[in-house]
Amino acid sequence: MVRETEPIANNERAFVKNVILEGLRVDNRSAHDVRTVKINFGSQWGHSEVQLGKTRVAATVSCEMVRPSPAQPTEGIIQFSTEFSPMASPSIESGRLSEEEVLISRLLEKALKRSRAIDTEGLCIVAGEKVWAVRVDIRVLDHNGNVLDCACIAAVAALQHFRRPDVTVVGEEVTIHSLDERSPIPLSIFHIPICVTFAFFSNGERQVVDPSLLEEQIQEGDMTFVINIHRELCTLSKAGGIPIEGSQILHCANIAAIKAAEITELIKAANMESQTRKEKKKESKRE
Amino acid sequence: MSPTAMQDDDHPQLVLPGDRILYDPSSQKIKIGPGLQQEDTLLIGTKLGVLHKAAGNRWWIDSNQRRYIPATNENILGIVTHRISEGYRVDIGAAQPATLDQFAFEGATKRNKPNLEVGTLVYAKVTVANKDMEPEIECLNQSTKKADGYGEIKGGHLFRVSLAMARSLLDPSSPLLKLLSQSFPFEIAVGMNGRIWINAAQTIQVITAANILQKADGKPVDKVEKLIRAELKQMKERMDVT
Repeated sequence: MVRETEPIANNERAFVKNVILEGLRVDNRSAHDVRTVKINFGSQWGHSEVQLGKTRVAATVSCEMVRPSPAQPTEGIIQFSTEFSPMASPSIESGRLSEEEVLISRLLEKALKRSRAIDTEGLCIVAGEKVWAVRVDIRVLDHNGNVLDCACIAAVAALQHFRRPDVTVVGEEVTIHSLDERSPIPLSIFHIPICVTFAFFSNGERQVVDPSLLEEQIQEGDMTFVINIHRELCTLSKAGGIPIEGSQILHCANIAAIKAAEITELIKAANMESQTRKEKKKESKRE
Repeated sequence: MSPTAMQDDDHPQLVLPGDRILYDPSSQKIKIGPGLQQEDTLLIGTKLGVLHKAAGNRWWIDSNQRRYIPATNENILGIVTHRISEGYRVDIGAAQPATLDQFAFEGATKRNKPNLEVGTLVYAKVTVANKDMEPEIECLNQSTKKADGYGEIKGGHLFRVSLAMARSLLDPSSPLLKLLSQSFPFEIAVGMNGRIWINAAQTIQVITAANILQKADGKPVDKVEKLIRAELKQMKERMDVT
């Protein structure tokens, strides 16, 4: 039997609403503070684990050589698969998708695939014959609110960290070089889309960035911006909830752009650090 | 594995589930508490934790977890989830919901009884806690027939900590609440099920107290003091701004 998430007492509900009306937040953040982001990379290429407060998501990127679809013979394939493990929250049942899970996986795919963040043509090896199929497996390990933003950071960080094996094509013959033989090649990434989610309270008059699980359960509506460092809006999603004024959407978009820039810097810094650590390891091995 | 002998309290002994603990069966009656099971002349640990022994030959294992397992006479904070004909169904964070009889309140009669809504927070005592039965709770001190603090809790804020943290807060020698109470007055209700309700004059005080207690969860005492000072300082700064 699946337990529902712990019920919320009326006291909590009233308190959260009051606190937000006063311009504060239950976890002592201000309205536009994102929880601490921690990005860790695994020893393999393309494995990341991201913590957003107590929400935790792992992403793994892998690739294989496949035949391209006849409609797009020169384009590689990118696939996203999101999995919510029951370990993340007692309300999640394995093998059955909840509405929330479907929404999150679809929005994630929209954010990363349709915004054409990754150069799929660069994944072509022999047109019409062989292309790389890149697969991103996203696994939610801990659900404490705003899984979408966390999953997006994890996926993007893993994609940036990922290296595919080098190939040489002579005529029709394709050789895949092992990672030791030739240094592997990073994916070519056009831009980094970042999800920023807002939750709305008190008839839409107040908004907060990066809602926690408690805030998510009490919110009156939410809206997600997918935006990159160049202030290009890739996706805007508002699935239900209370109506919002146009000016407020613009205001939120501006905040989202700032947050996206900050998070992008964090991902870059984490990636750099992981690279230098890898190089150091290599050097010490040589010695 | 050979059974381990009990050591004195100065040298705490770590017990793993399945560990056998030796004791002298002839000496006197033995009382076993949480995390221990008796099998013939042996005690077997069922939890990971530190073995304790107190006067009266009482033994137990001090462990930490988040899932609450009801035990009789423990005070808990529950949330009403359903209204049923005989009373209420209350979530107490255990595997099963508890039942709260409609007459288990101070002075409740057929005509005059409290009417609780779904989502109401209640402070209650566990009266029935069997392994295979739904637990029962009541908002009444049976010896005095008075509420004595039990019953509906209004206002304030509810949050969750680990069970060990909740127990440590109930310990009168715990420094945490003493330190907190030096800076501002507050009201607190600690449930053995890891739920804590807190209320104070100002919202920011409630937030700060809740954050301190959640952050202090699992931290050693000496580090907690530093944490409290830092959080309180931050609170004062924010209060000055507003």
